[in-house]
Amino acid sequence: MSERRGRRVAGVGPGYRERLRALGLVLPLLIFLGVTFLAPLGTMLLRSVYDPVVADALPATLTALRAWDGEGLPPEAAYEAAAREIGTAREARTLGQVASRANRIESGLRGVLTRTARDLREVTEGPWREAMTAIDSAWVDPGTWHAIRAAGERFTARHYLNAVDMRRLADGSVARQPEERRIYLPLLWRTLLVSLAITVFCLILGYPIAHLIAHAKPGRAGLLLALVLVPFWTSLLVRTTSWIVLLQTQGVVNDLLVAIGLVGDDGRLSMVYNMTGTLVAMTHVLLPFMVLPLYSVMRSIPPLHMRAAASMGATPAQAFRRVYWPQTLPGVGAGSLLVFILAIGYYITPALVGGSSGQLISNMVAYHMQTSLNWGLAAALGALLLVGVLVLYLLYDRLIGVERMSLGS
Amino acid sequence: MTGARIGRFGYLAFCTCVFIFLVAPIIVIVPLSFNAEPYFTFTEGMLRLDPEAWSLRWYREIVENEAWTRGLVNSLVIGVSATVLATGLGTLAALGLSSPAMPARRFITGLLISPMVTPVIISAAGMFFFYTNLGLAQTHLGLILAHATLGLPFVVITVVATLSAFDHNLTRAAASLGAGPVRIFRTVQLPLIAPGVISGALFAFATSFDEVVVVLFMGGLEQRTIPRQMWAGIREQISPAILAVATFLVVFALALLLTVEWLRRRASA
Repeated sequence: MSERRGRRVAGVGPGYRERLRALGLVLPLLIFLGVTFLAPLGTMLLRSVYDPVVADALPATLTALRAWDGEGLPPEAAYEAAAREIGTAREARTLGQVASRANRIESGLRGVLTRTARDLREVTEGPWREAMTAIDSAWVDPGTWHAIRAAGERFTARHYLNAVDMRRLADGSVARQPEERRIYLPLLWRTLLVSLAITVFCLILGYPIAHLIAHAKPGRAGLLLALVLVPFWTSLLVRTTSWIVLLQTQGVVNDLLVAIGLVGDDGRLSMVYNMTGTLVAMTHVLLPFMVLPLYSVMRSIPPLHMRAAASMGATPAQAFRRVYWPQTLPGVGAGSLLVFILAIGYYITPALVGGSSGQLISNMVAYHMQTSLNWGLAAALGALLLVGVLVLYLLYDRLIGVERMSLGS
Repeated sequence: MTGARIGRFGYLAFCTCVFIFLVAPIIVIVPLSFNAEPYFTFTEGMLRLDPEAWSLRWYREIVENEAWTRGLVNSLVIGVSATVLATGLGTLAALGLSSPAMPARRFITGLLISPMVTPVIISAAGMFFFYTNLGLAQTHLGLILAHATLGLPFVVITVVATLSAFDHNLTRAAASLGAGPVRIFRTVQLPLIAPGVISGALFAFATSFDEVVVVLFMGGLEQRTIPRQMWAGIREQISPAILAVATFLVVFALALLLTVEWLRRRASA
């Protein structure tokens, strides 16, 4: 028996056992990541389209509404079911969750639902439409029922529509949010622009110093490289705190500017808790991620190339543009992509030094997770961000190869 | 010729400014943490080097404040456990990935490194949803698993890098002499890749020791770590005690950096 199995294994092809062993070594980690990382991401994606709370709390109401053509008012059966189920939800303490979901679709419904649940306790028999309308006139507004019906969908694209500043109208068509309620697309746009700006800043600051380190004498190169690695290893919170200390109105930089008379004591610059703070601190945090790949590419360029170009009559500018720069492009690409990928998902630094004008899309995800508790919308915004990062990550893999991503030098 | 000299001078001046930009924020907090006043800036006394203006009061405060000491204990417990988990799993996986027979290497490498590039807010949100369902939110175990996940890519990357310089003929020679896979790993591979494994472990520990977003989402009062405490300090009541902690963290980062560089040099020597 064992011999037969052995023969069959051997028949699959040479190296089968080695492949199995290699896979066996990776398998524990794959299973671990499956549980601790991929399943959470999956849960988040599910959250962005699936929400059973209202459907579970008001099943009969939603069934009754299904018979309603959407014109005029729903049948008495819907009122009766709603009256009963709102009361039940109130007792089960799920009414708050139902009300906040309905409220996100039609603002004001939170109050309508809680008021109705409270006052309906004194009503024992129908007709329910009159009873509920007596409590709140919103119950003779078809919009209220449209909102309840929409909130009752278990699977919904609502959060994604919301995340791109769109909404579904009562007749089922999709339209853009009114001008003043468009928040997320401008924020996504701002996140992209800010990330792009930070990438450019990092390139402008990082390219010369990477060049200096790559072509310095070994001892000095090590020292200069350490100046890049120290911030790289230092706690992100420490670096962000330092920028608050340096840039705040009563901070070190402003004190210095006042001391040398560049600005008056009453004209102190506000450089933190706004977009400036986000730009400065994030450029600082991400600069090593630009310098390190540039440095490792530049180190492999022989100085001979520049000398050869010069000996053939090229000016330094020409030699740089035609000989040196093209050879550094792989490093420029790797560093820029990495900085950009890290920048568009950044949360901590904008949250601490960005004030209200320097917030990025991640901060909005955090806001909906922690403050507004609109987890579906948080998940949808997160999913959009995740797709963006994934595309860039695949691009990075195609151009540079993830297995060549290195840490330090 | 003078044009080239001006160009060279400008280039060096620019580089100097960039290096100052890189290091100044880290250096400036060290003296400020000895401020005798509860300010975030240099007082006149400090500039006059008046001994009265300098003090250790903020260091005394963090040592005596139970919130910080408990934070340190939590950070160490979570950090060390997550590091052990990440290093074990990551080293095994790196051995597999470095095997010439590894199928779908590129895809699996990409998958294993993905927690490093996924925005931490997304990982934290997903973990909050999923770990809450499992009852792991607000537990040490939940944070250990989460931090191990975030630290894993660093272990995989450093160990794979060390193994790429590894001569696979050595394992074949050991196998031909009759050593089993475990013995080969223990006596041949591990001693040679140890610097890479330790570097990876230090990266993983540093990741956990500096992680705040997952703790913010999933940690309860019992799981407050040093970064979580700093976060609260920066957002709520800003005091030079934070700078004292920050100084401690800078020294810690320097120690880590020196160790990793020493290991790298040892590995390449």
